Amino acid sequence: MEQVIFYLFAGVLLFAATMVISVRNPVYAALFLVLAFFNAAVLWVLVGAEFLGLALIVVYVGAVMVLFLFVLMMLDVNTAAMREGFTRYLPVGVVVAGLMLLQLIVVILSEQVDLIGGLIPEPSAEVDNVHAIGQVLYTAYVYPFEIAAVILLLAIVAAISLTMRRQRPNTQRQDVPKQLSVTKEQRLRLVQIDKKNRRHTSDT
Amino acid sequence: MIELSNFLVLGALLFCLGVAGIFINRKNVILLLMCIELILLAVNINFIGFSAYLDDIAGQIFVFFILTVAAAEVAIGLAIVVVLFRSRGDINVAALDTMRG
Repeated sequence: MEQVIFYLFAGVLLFAATMVISVRNPVYAALFLVLAFFNAAVLWVLVGAEFLGLALIVVYVGAVMVLFLFVLMMLDVNTAAMREGFTRYLPVGVVVAGLMLLQLIVVILSEQVDLIGGLIPEPSAEVDNVHAIGQVLYTAYVYPFEIAAVILLLAIVAAISLTMRRQRPNTQRQDVPKQLSVTKEQRLRLVQIDKKNRRHTSDT
Repeated sequence: MIELSNFLVLGALLFCLGVAGIFINRKNVILLLMCIELILLAVNINFIGFSAYLDDIAGQIFVFFILTVAAAEVAIGLAIVVVLFRSRGDINVAALDTMRG
């Protein structure tokens, strides 16, 4: 049963990954990447890594891919020009990827590495995966955890400082102190309406 | 029961798809970032497989930190893409030859 689930989701994962690299529209590529992440999350849950499976969905599908889609839709990119050279580079990519795959599979399935037939044990029912991670994350790995927090802060600061626009001279922008410091004389002009020919003349 | 080699072959296939994607989509920066995500996902699948096989939680902690760094990398990468688009009106990698590299 687990084998069936594994092959089903691994198949969809590989299909989605193939579509990510070959589909014409980058928005569809992003959506196929979402599908790939979902299937990978299911595989992780299948072998007992529930926390990371859920974190993958929350962090990647919920945040990173939304960021990708946001940037893709915000930028008006000429996708036709981007596709230039697709067929020219296709053989090179296939050859390099095929060679690497061949080498990796030879190593994985070789006698010396001795991984054939090694079964992943069933996730045990007593030990909760979230508990197990929490117990080491805040004790043995507390310094890496804090460094990770600083890296995320760095990413926030870097992204904001890169994309924040410098103030340009001709743009209109709200300046609250300036608005609050105006006086009545700067804004108000009293005029007197002439009743006969309905035209207004200045009071002063 | 799943064999560990199944997991490793899946990771290898995904990794090679990501590398092939970098080769064939070498003009579009956003697709390059997506292919890097695929490669990182392949690495994470390997980590999870070995973590479950050896019954060692350290592999999963490592995946946690890889996810953190990957999220930061994507945020900064996309910010650079936005700045690039603003200054050049295009995100074609082939046109980025200002430094004559």
